[in-house]
Amino acid sequence: MIPARFDYAQPTSLPQAVSVLSDAGEDAKVLAGGQSLLPLLRMRLAYPSVLVDVGCVSELRGVRDEGDHLFVGAMTTQHDLVRDPLIREHCPLVSLTAATVADPAVRHRGTIGGSLAHADPAGDLPSVAVALDMVFVTRSPREERRIAAADFFLDYLESALETDEILVGLEIPKLGPGWTYHYEKFHRTAQAWAIVGAAVAVRRADGHIAEARIGLTNMAPVPVRASSVEAAVAGAAIDDDVLRRACATADEGTSPASDLHATPEYRRHLARVLTRRALATAARA
Amino acid sequence: MTVTPTPAEVRQSEVGRARRRKEDARLVTGQTRWTDNIQAPGLLHIAFLRSPMAHARITRVDVSAAREMPGVVAAFSGADFGAEQGSLPCAWPVTEDIVIPDHPPMATETVRYVGEAVACVVATDRYRAADALEAIEIDYEPLPPVLDLEKALDADSPLVHDAGNRAYTWTLSNGDVEAAFRDAPVVISRTFRQQRLIPAAMEPRAVVVTPLGDEYTVHTSTQIPHILRFLLASVTGVPEHRLRVIAPDVGGGFGSKLQCTAEEVLCLLAAKRLGRPVKWTESRSEGNLTVHHGRDQLQRVQIAAEADGRLRGMKIDLLADMGAYLMLVTPGIPLLGAFMYNGVYKMAAYDFRCTGVFTTKMPTDAYRGAGRPEATFAIERLMDELAAEIGVDPVEVRRRNWITHGEFPYDTVAGLTYDSGDYEAATEKALQLFGYDKLRAEQKDRRDRGDTVQLGIGISTYTEMCGLAPSRVLGQLGNASGGWEQADVRVLPTGKVEVATGATPHGQGHVTAWSQIAADALGVPFEDVSVVYGDTAVVPRGWDTYGSRSLAIGGVAVHLACEKVKEKARRVAAHLMEIDPGDLEYAEGAFRVRGAPAEQGRSIQELAAAVFNAHDMPEGIEPRLDSSATFDPANFSFPHGTHLCAVEVDTETGFTKIRSYVAVDDVGTVVNPLIVDGQVHGGIAQGIGQALYEEAVHDAEGNLLTTTLADYLVPSAADLPAFVTGRTETPATSNPLGVKGVGEAGTIASTPAVVNGIVDALRHLGVRDVQMPCTPERVWRAIGGAS
Ligand SMILES: Cc1cc2nc3c(=O)[nH]c(=O)nc-3n(C[C@H](O)[C@H](O)[C@H](O)COP(=O)(O)OP(=O)(O)OC[C@H]3O[C@@H](n4cnc5c(N)ncnc54)[C@H](O)[C@@H]3O)c2cc1C
Repeated sequence: MIPARFDYAQPTSLPQAVSVLSDAGEDAKVLAGGQSLLPLLRMRLAYPSVLVDVGCVSELRGVRDEGDHLFVGAMTTQHDLVRDPLIREHCPLVSLTAATVADPAVRHRGTIGGSLAHADPAGDLPSVAVALDMVFVTRSPREERRIAAADFFLDYLESALETDEILVGLEIPKLGPGWTYHYEKFHRTAQAWAIVGAAVAVRRADGHIAEARIGLTNMAPVPVRASSVEAAVAGAAIDDDVLRRACATADEGTSPASDLHATPEYRRHLARVLTRRALATAARA
Repeated sequence: MTVTPTPAEVRQSEVGRARRRKEDARLVTGQTRWTDNIQAPGLLHIAFLRSPMAHARITRVDVSAAREMPGVVAAFSGADFGAEQGSLPCAWPVTEDIVIPDHPPMATETVRYVGEAVACVVATDRYRAADALEAIEIDYEPLPPVLDLEKALDADSPLVHDAGNRAYTWTLSNGDVEAAFRDAPVVISRTFRQQRLIPAAMEPRAVVVTPLGDEYTVHTSTQIPHILRFLLASVTGVPEHRLRVIAPDVGGGFGSKLQCTAEEVLCLLAAKRLGRPVKWTESRSEGNLTVHHGRDQLQRVQIAAEADGRLRGMKIDLLADMGAYLMLVTPGIPLLGAFMYNGVYKMAAYDFRCTGVFTTKMPTDAYRGAGRPEATFAIERLMDELAAEIGVDPVEVRRRNWITHGEFPYDTVAGLTYDSGDYEAATEKALQLFGYDKLRAEQKDRRDRGDTVQLGIGISTYTEMCGLAPSRVLGQLGNASGGWEQADVRVLPTGKVEVATGATPHGQGHVTAWSQIAADALGVPFEDVSVVYGDTAVVPRGWDTYGSRSLAIGGVAVHLACEKVKEKARRVAAHLMEIDPGDLEYAEGAFRVRGAPAEQGRSIQELAAAVFNAHDMPEGIEPRLDSSATFDPANFSFPHGTHLCAVEVDTETGFTKIRSYVAVDDVGTVVNPLIVDGQVHGGIAQGIGQALYEEAVHDAEGNLLTTTLADYLVPSAADLPAFVTGRTETPATSNPLGVKGVGEAGTIASTPAVVNGIVDALRHLGVRDVQMPCTPERVWRAIGGAS
């Protein structure tokens, strides 16, 4: 299929991008890697009047160490998330997870900004964003905002971004030493989207789990934290039976969808199994 | 002292060499004649409006607003084409009372599946054509969809066509089946579902029709340019001699391009109306909806056996989903399986019955294996169930039943004569490569430990009938086509060789394999042979490529044509050398006096030059060093083999991982081992696709839900283990090269091997079957995970 007619703009600075986007009105769309937006256009599920390509906006690029967190530009590709030395060192969960996205061709184009702004609960990076409490730095003609991950995802394919607001980058907290990580993605083929995924960060102390952060992929219209499991595993022994009991509530508060690949019942079951496996793998890493 | 000749001195036989494929560089880089790459001056683009309803009456179509859109040259509804559009052909009326409904390429009164073309726009570019589709006004009056095979046959079911939902019932019977089942110590009954599959060739379909006066050149991504020329002429009334059909390079088909499609007909009609070239390239989603689908059968199967597992007989009762219409060979597909349910086994009685059923879905038709994968799945699954029932190893139960090497040629209960085979040798080799006993020990250990991950071993000892087909047999089965193949071989004035083949390739590597055959037959270098194909003006005759027929029929025709060329060259050489033709022998590309040194002979290149200027020709020989030959086989070819698959099933999630896979195939004489491996690898992957991943799913209204490759999952290399392949070589006796087909074997063998493996892994947990595709959730539910 082929898209309907649209106009195309290619601003080269952030102020210019912001003004082009706001001038273009309600029906304009930011274009990043195009890996989610272009399929929608081609299937004529979206009819934007203008695409504002932010690929040449230098303010959206780069990874910087800003002390207690990294700043990662919105246009950082998934491929770079896998490779970047700063991210690998300070936020390895992001690298581990990005490596499971689609295939190399997609990862060379798809960006962290697009993955998060798209707000697809089946996407892998949104659950990492909530698990790590990333902060979303945005710019609109009115203001610059810093939005907490917990407030960013509103509903299926719906984020807190206004139509004239650009995601500039992410502040990703450095959890510091003592933390280990794992992303457990369950999908039918290597290139398929997650049926369910569990993004986990664990801090160990004295051979026990001292603290855990758990984000779940595709268990609700938005990425969710498995808070009851986080509470249950704090102080728990690294033991399969203990973890199994702690993860029995992993699906609590979720509302998974029914689709071609799984029923809600099966997704709930997977959430329990995958959370346990992710915790065990991270804790034993 | 003995002198060992260096390889350069003794010409190495080309047949059997792992030659890298001549055609690959251009095919894989796309620097080639894909139909979508073809441009023509003044080219227009056509786009089709497709029905969003599975079943509805069309009450109004108004294309006038579309005609006013920018760049639009024309817009047509089905009514605009009227009688000119004819009815898409069905060439295989399997019974006398078969119902063959009228099948207009563009619906006029009623739509019967989602995706059926209802109108079209022709514009100056693709974008404008697609935009203008949105301006077409069309009203539908919904009719009830017919989606379930069994319910479709109920007396109160809504009808797809007025003549009823039963297209035909075809039967085949041999021996006393009732006696075989009466008092049988073991009877096993199962119902298997062969889910609907989408062929998903890598190259989407594309058509370019270029008019020149009253002559039309049709470039199309088809497997069958020759058959299509004839069909397009009969459907549209454009005389056959004013039609030239070209299949330039074609990126896969798997049977899906063995068709006369609505889009080919409509592009021709539009180009004819407008007097300008018209192009259409489908999108992947359009293809998923409207490329004919495969499989979709409900199989009720039963075997009766002695207490020791020896088979007495079998009963097969099929419902086959035809979809909304009968396309080129739709009704015949289950018949290609009818002769294979007995597999490699001996039994005294056989009863087969198939009812073709209309539903409001895309028609089904040939898809890699066509009928034979369904049959092989049923018998190979049943053999594993039989083994479990009587408590013997699944390999052993097969040994007790298969036709032994000494029994060939063997007349089977289904009425075929298997010419050759060695099931013992192939199985022995496969068991060794697989490490069968070691894996069985590991399986036991995992069971004993109650490991989360259970190991299963699946076996499939398959054979299949291919090399379609003896023309006489096609006639007996009511199939309108012939089964011979044609080749022309021309030695050019410089001594280079051009082979023209009627077996049109769509990715298989014909250019390479035919070069090897011709190089051996004529004693010329591999590099000196080129192969032309796929253009009815260049190669006027042929039955094209499907049913694993190309090598066993078309390759043999190349060989025969080369022999004829040589006979002609012999007479020329004898004349020039002033010697009796019978005193000459042909070796190393030259005729020489028996026993004389090669330098004193006349090379084929010298003879080509001599024939070209014709200064001194023998009486009665025309000055052309060329010949053509056709080959019509006396029998099918019967490749066979043993496939073994080890699966690891995660009992917590239901996920199946294929741990190792061994395929030992016997495809007779191997012309090119690299090509054979490629066919086997691709075939196995495709069969695994059916076992684990693929299914065309419709909702309750008949909408196809799997319209993209994110929903219709096909395996990639990342999902598959490194296949281990081995071979035994039992030459076919039905052709002079001893070759058998290999194109479909992997697909036919692998599906039951995988599902047998899954059931084997879980049998101790009470699992007796898992419905394909064996998705993680289905496996999890089969184990009882949901309870
Ligand atoms: C074959 C395939 C398989 C895939 N599989 C997976 C998978 O397994 N897991 C997974 O997580 N993803 C998967 N994806 C999606 C992929 O990760 C996309 O790259 C990602 O979802 C979007 O990133 P993008 O840069 O391409 O964004 P785009 O497609 O360009 O944009 C997506 C949306 O975000 C908006 N947007 C983008 N950037 C900004 C910004 N800076 N400010 C404001 N709005 C913005 C756009 O307007 C649009 O609405 C797959 C994609 C494909 C094509």
